[in-house]
Amino acid sequence: MYNKIWEKGKLPQSWKEKLKQKVKPDEAAVQEMDQAEIEVTETKSESGACFPPTFSVSEIKNKQRRHAMFLKLKEEKRKQKLELKKKKKKERKVLGDQAPPKEVPKTIENQRIYDETTVNPEDEEVAFDEGTDEFSAYFNQLTNPKVLITTSDRPRGRTVRFCEQLATVVPHAHVYYRRGLALKRVIPQCISRGFTYLMVINEDRKVPNGLILCHLPDGPTAHFKISSVRLRKEMKRRGKDPTEHVPEVILNNFSTRLGHSIGRMFAALFPHDPQFVGRQVATFHNQRDFIFFRFHRYIFKNEKKVGMQELGPRFTLKLRSLQKGTFDSKFGEYEWVHKRHEMDSSRRKFHL
Amino acid sequence: MQHDDVIWDLIGNDSFCSYKVKTKTQRFCRNEYNLTGLCNRSSCPLANSQYATVREEKGRCYLYMKVVERAAFPARMWEKVKLDRNYAKALEQIDENLMYWPQFIRHKCKQRLTKIAQYLIRIRKLTLKRQRKLVPLSRKVERREKRREEKALIAAQLENAIEKELLDRLKQGTYGDIYNFPIHAFNKAMEKQEEETESEEAEDEEEPVTREFVADDEFEESDLSDFEDMNNLKGSSDEEEDAEEESREEEESEEELEEEKTKAQSKGKAPLKGPIRKKRAYVEIEYEQETEPAQKSKAT
Repeated sequence: MYNKIWEKGKLPQSWKEKLKQKVKPDEAAVQEMDQAEIEVTETKSESGACFPPTFSVSEIKNKQRRHAMFLKLKEEKRKQKLELKKKKKKERKVLGDQAPPKEVPKTIENQRIYDETTVNPEDEEVAFDEGTDEFSAYFNQLTNPKVLITTSDRPRGRTVRFCEQLATVVPHAHVYYRRGLALKRVIPQCISRGFTYLMVINEDRKVPNGLILCHLPDGPTAHFKISSVRLRKEMKRRGKDPTEHVPEVILNNFSTRLGHSIGRMFAALFPHDPQFVGRQVATFHNQRDFIFFRFHRYIFKNEKKVGMQELGPRFTLKLRSLQKGTFDSKFGEYEWVHKRHEMDSSRRKFHL
Repeated sequence: MQHDDVIWDLIGNDSFCSYKVKTKTQRFCRNEYNLTGLCNRSSCPLANSQYATVREEKGRCYLYMKVVERAAFPARMWEKVKLDRNYAKALEQIDENLMYWPQFIRHKCKQRLTKIAQYLIRIRKLTLKRQRKLVPLSRKVERREKRREEKALIAAQLENAIEKELLDRLKQGTYGDIYNFPIHAFNKAMEKQEEETESEEAEDEEEPVTREFVADDEFEESDLSDFEDMNNLKGSSDEEEDAEEESREEEESEEELEEEKTKAQSKGKAPLKGPIRKKRAYVEIEYEQETEPAQKSKAT
């Protein structure tokens, strides 16, 4: 390769100067010895049009020099970008009205890989499914929700308080202590007493970290991971405690089939007729597979502005698995399980 | 030859034995064939040539026996007898096998069998109850999830989303008649009215013009009516020119005043009608009169 360069005679005069610039004082001696090799590398590393196409900064073996080259490269790129920006701005000014429309920046939501199971609002099949699934009874206003909240064994204070606050948020909710009872035995008892939902808050290291939401007669069981729990007294600028009024429910961004079923699960937690007098709203907002729960009290200042005060606990959920039928971890049929290696590989792919 | 005493001397009370574990108060023996687990002269399997133990393997109990005759054959030293699953029968088997053996060993074997049977029962009971499954958390994954959650929270813009949703619901009318926002309806009504007036009558627009004439009549009382007309025709620059014509000495201050007032007028809202403007100009002139009575004899 060294020979080829000499033959082609492409060495411009300036490379020698660049060589001198590049030399670091302590490496001068070494440089003289390896001058030939260095010359080759120096010519390669000139910023300009005469790079061989296969060159990359990572081929330089010397770390300091490689780093310096990399920084140079970055500087150049930055400059180019700035120039481009300036040019565009000028063009835009000159053209005025006729300028091309501003480009929309790429966001993860823009770049999201299209999911085939995204629900089309007019889809008949989906409508039919939703008319006949386990929640149809609720959505046809036949049943009223009644929720049982419990924890894993021996809950610590934080979990207990969280359960209590949840019980104030969800109407018709009862908190029961789990005294080492097996869920499989609890479930038939709940059904016989007319509960429609079973919520089990799992605790780890004195902090709630999991939620099992089981729709009772024979409904699906969803297992979530809870993170960022904030109890009421940790909220800044919060309002007074929530009243007994039935809150409204907002479900945002549940777009796929799976998201739809989860959204319906959440909707069925709350009774049908929200009492608007109470002005309370519970929000389940899905963003990039994280479901954020918030509980607010709102007030309309005028028809364009609404003020909100956050009451109530806040937490985020991430779906781990959805199982058909009531809780049965061994023999249950899983509709969806989060498989880390398959599903977390792409940053633009979301499932809810 | 088996010299148990010699062996015990060598490994026993204060000497070294690789199976010995010493604590402050007691010596334990880690030998797997040990009957009691303690390091004693009578329970050391190395220092007793006739010895027996009960051990359990995969839920079944076995009786191991060692006799002097086989001391030279280490491979065949321990005789293994499978004991019955039934506890009572197993006890009988032990008795039968260890018939003429020392009482200590027989007793300890039976005790050990009892203990083993009890813990096997407990294992079987526990497997029927709930079993806690420990799921390992990968630190890297947890960190990644946490970061992604933070970013998702920022991207979600929750407050805005919720507010938007609530306002949409208000517009759609899901709240019914609870909220009365008359402004909205009133604005709509106003817009309708304005459209009607524009389309119906253009004559009405002459009225303000006539009003202007009336105002002019008032102003004609003063001698500066001509100047005021000029003011009406042209912009603020005329006022400045008038100021210069009137009193050159006070040009600056007057101009400033007038400029400020015109600016104020221009900043003010649109429906400034003619007479108002003129009135203001009139006021300015009066002001000038106050400040310089000598030159403002014209105004009067």
